[in-house]
Amino acid sequence: MATQVMDKKAVATDEMTRYRRRARLQHVMQTAIPRLFLLIMCLIYAVPFYWMLSTALKSTSELAEFPPALFPRTLHFENFVLAVTKIPFAVYFGNTLLITLLTIIGSVLANLIVAYGFACIEWPGRDKVFYIVLATMFIPFPIAIVPQFDMFARLHWINTILPLVVPHFFAGAFFIFMLRQFLLQIPRELLEAARMDGATELQIMWNVILPLSRPALAAVALFSGISAWNDFMGPLIYLQDDLKRTLAVGLQVFRSTHDIQFNLLMAASLLTVLPLIILFLFSQRFFIKGVTVGSIK
Amino acid sequence: MVAVKSSSKLSRRERTNLSRGLLFISPWLLGLIIFTIYPLIYSIIFSFTRYSGFRRPVWLGMQNYTRLFSDSLFWLSLGNTLYYVLWAVPIGIVVALLLALAMNRDVREVNVYRAILYLPSILPTFALAFIFIVLINPQYGIVNIFFSLFGVPTQNFLSDPLGAKNVIIVLAQLGAGNAALIFLAGLRGIPATLYDAARIDGAGVWRRFYSITLPLLSPIILFNLITALSGGLQIFQQAYIMTNGGPNNGTLFYMLYLYRNAFAYAQLGYACALSLVLFVIGLALAGILFSVAQRFVNYEMVS
Repeated sequence: MATQVMDKKAVATDEMTRYRRRARLQHVMQTAIPRLFLLIMCLIYAVPFYWMLSTALKSTSELAEFPPALFPRTLHFENFVLAVTKIPFAVYFGNTLLITLLTIIGSVLANLIVAYGFACIEWPGRDKVFYIVLATMFIPFPIAIVPQFDMFARLHWINTILPLVVPHFFAGAFFIFMLRQFLLQIPRELLEAARMDGATELQIMWNVILPLSRPALAAVALFSGISAWNDFMGPLIYLQDDLKRTLAVGLQVFRSTHDIQFNLLMAASLLTVLPLIILFLFSQRFFIKGVTVGSIK
Repeated sequence: MVAVKSSSKLSRRERTNLSRGLLFISPWLLGLIIFTIYPLIYSIIFSFTRYSGFRRPVWLGMQNYTRLFSDSLFWLSLGNTLYYVLWAVPIGIVVALLLALAMNRDVREVNVYRAILYLPSILPTFALAFIFIVLINPQYGIVNIFFSLFGVPTQNFLSDPLGAKNVIIVLAQLGAGNAALIFLAGLRGIPATLYDAARIDGAGVWRRFYSITLPLLSPIILFNLITALSGGLQIFQQAYIMTNGGPNNGTLFYMLYLYRNAFAYAQLGYACALSLVLFVIGLALAGILFSVAQRFVNYEMVS
């Protein structure tokens, strides 16, 4: 009798493990195709970057060989030194960095102030005005290119970084929207309590809201900084002196004048994207959160 | 300016709040006037003139607009841009959706895939264009080596008008990770109980996708479509860097033609007319999308 029970138990556990194994196998099978697809896509996405690295490390003579070698025979790290000396890389880098930092400061400050006005103060007509903010998101940028160029030319701002930086101190629809969504989640009691204590709106914004909205402000800083770093058309239109150029336009000019020095072009490109890759690796979660905020309507 | 109750009906508190609110949003209000409304009015007025930026503008009436119709480069650039949009946007949506569907499966190492797939979309387009120049170059690139494995002869894709456009369409797909993340967030918002119920009712994978995933994702698909459409109409950098509009104007996109008119030919008035026409085309296409979407988009799940 006892042994029979034992047998039954053994059969049961045996069946359990078999079931579990089958479930796991099913899971593996179900995730196999997505996994394979993702792996292939990741490989395809990685190839251009591998080729950038591999080309950047090839010598000029190895570059001339056909068919091109998949791996550089010897790693010519001096290409990076050559690239930054042949191209005024440090100057371009510094110019780009300055524009990026000023853009970040302007975007964070202006969008925080404006979003506070839309989220933390109740004023008549507020939500109707906010619809106008949303509507301006759909007015395309091309319409402003010529008028803004003419305006900045009259101000004698051509060949300065002002046309690239100053507009960011006036806030932008997308970031206002993103920050407002965030600020609306902050409990109203906090605002009321601070007002009862006699704090001014500016004090509330600075001492109560700012510390609470750091993650959202970080996302604004990241996205505005990246779009400034990556901007091509703005610097192309407004910066004409060689030593005022940013990486985007400076490298393009180098490319169009030294058409075959692909190893140096790739080395310089690598140095341009490297800060972004490092930034991304350290702040991934802000990106992932920031990207999805726009779609939540 | 806004439909606000006349100030006499407002209480004192409401009035102070109104002035405070307006004070806080004043940077945006000023920016709206300087960087949106003024340019819009300027563009409309100057589109009726000949203006080089130096001499006084000359009134032309409708001449810039009639000139558009007989300008073969205008039609060519518009055609090139529409070709780009018609291929790059749908392909981009499908690629992003497939990536999101795959990442939404219970794959353990999804964070790694997500990082790799998203990373290119924050990298500068100009750098990606440089990389592609090398990548597809018949002498220095790897793409031709890959194709030669299948017996495809070595070719210079950028020397053919259609090939060059297609290269730029492929390059755009490196940015699919961004839309994929937005789709993924949408997919995670669909309650699992719906799928369980469908499974019990005997619905297969395809049926579940078609009847649950697609309808519930449709607002996000529309959002991504509109974003991609507006970006696609403004395609510029890739062509400026990789082909400078060539070969044989095969990659002369609308924005490149507009840029040349404004900054190479100093025809600011004509460029204004071009920008307004692009504005109207963009609005029309978005309008068509919205009205088609009315029939398909399901807003029930959007909270």
